[in-house]
Amino acid sequence: MSKVRVLVGTRKGAFVLTSDGKRDKWDVSGPHFAGWEMYHLKGSPVDPNRIYASQSSGWFGQVVQRSDDGGQTWSPVGNKFAYEGVPGTHQWYDGTAHPWEFKRVWHLEPSLTDPDTVYAGIEDAAIFRSTDGGQNWSELPGLREHGSGPRWQPGAGGMCLHTILLDPSDPQRMYIAISAAGAFRTDDGGKTWQPINQGLHSQYIPDPKADVGHCVHHIAMHPSRPTTLFMQKHWDVMRSDNAGDHWHEISGNLPTDFGFAIDVHAHEPETIYVVPIKSDSEHFPLDGQLRVYRSRTGGNEWEPLTKGLPQSDCYVNVLRDAMAVDQLDSCGVYFGTTGGQVYVSPDAGDTWSPIVRDLPAVLSVEVQTIP
Amino acid sequence: MTTHRIRVELPAHLRNLAQVHGEVTLEVAAPLTLRTVLDALEARYPMLAGTIRDHGTQQRRAFLRFFACEEDISHQSPDTPLPEAIATAREPLLIIGAIAGG
Repeated sequence: MSKVRVLVGTRKGAFVLTSDGKRDKWDVSGPHFAGWEMYHLKGSPVDPNRIYASQSSGWFGQVVQRSDDGGQTWSPVGNKFAYEGVPGTHQWYDGTAHPWEFKRVWHLEPSLTDPDTVYAGIEDAAIFRSTDGGQNWSELPGLREHGSGPRWQPGAGGMCLHTILLDPSDPQRMYIAISAAGAFRTDDGGKTWQPINQGLHSQYIPDPKADVGHCVHHIAMHPSRPTTLFMQKHWDVMRSDNAGDHWHEISGNLPTDFGFAIDVHAHEPETIYVVPIKSDSEHFPLDGQLRVYRSRTGGNEWEPLTKGLPQSDCYVNVLRDAMAVDQLDSCGVYFGTTGGQVYVSPDAGDTWSPIVRDLPAVLSVEVQTIP
Repeated sequence: MTTHRIRVELPAHLRNLAQVHGEVTLEVAAPLTLRTVLDALEARYPMLAGTIRDHGTQQRRAFLRFFACEEDISHQSPDTPLPEAIATAREPLLIIGAIAGG
């Protein structure tokens, strides 16, 4: 029987949760790297034993860890992220020019074909690649050197490159998203990039329809339809059916369209999930009720999923990289909260239960489905 | 060439990262300075590179301090010779993480 391995990054360490295909009994391993902020862990799609992890600390900076045995043992690999050339400046919060400075790795995206190749999305926003299992990192500078770079500005959480999507049908195509520059696409393996923000409308920036400057929180894609993208923006849930060339809003009947996480069902490319959050000034669910919303129509028509989730006095948040799906026949959906719970639904969202309740604040959740 | 066998005490998180217990003993070629000690430390434990001083600037990380013989030497030039007591291993060089919080 297949099993699932859930990789959880928290403010104070990493945890590995494993279960068989029933997903009702769980083994909890951790904390790994206790006391460190674990922004993201992700396994290689071609070698599930190969897992990369971003470990960071305000005291000691950035470390990248690699496991070759499914998270049982780990080894530190390269942690030198040097921008190519003179990095220049971006906008600071007050609009002044501010030098690009490496702060941390937000997201690690292993290659779809080579376990030694992995991409890193960092703060201040840039994308790096390693082709030797994380030992050495090189920037793909065409993104940061896009002419709009000096106009990029950090979101409240920093100027982070937090989303990397690899197109399974075209190895030259990647999508990334930056808070608060927006979404970008490359069609030539990362040499050149173009902003893909047409159709986004952000009231909080001087030109609500600007080519860059949008606070994109997360983007999701179903691998069978790599030109269809779903976006949770700061406000608004959006969709593109032409690889980001144009977006349209699909918030529909959501009670609030602010939020961070968004994901797609493993087998139904028109079934998507979000966790509506009350507002950008109150980062918790509406009315103290933790509700995942599911659309089976690719957006606009949403249904609340509540069974097993707290429906009173719940004031946690679900961060942008803290939702994932497994690949089992009955698609499992997972998310972690800033209150330390990790929830699983083994039936595509119909019912939920906590795998763990009392971890440190959850920063990221990824799932591996292991044959 | 003169070499010094010295003792270095790391913060707990860096001991875990380097997988060492207790103090670290290092052989450091003269001149014995903060820079040569950190170079030797990072050569022996490559995973510590970038965690004590920035990869690019080689500046001390803001929340770390260096103490020698009960004296904070964090703001000295990294090329200042370290005290005799460090050179003879009578005292360890302390690398300390700031207590931050509230």
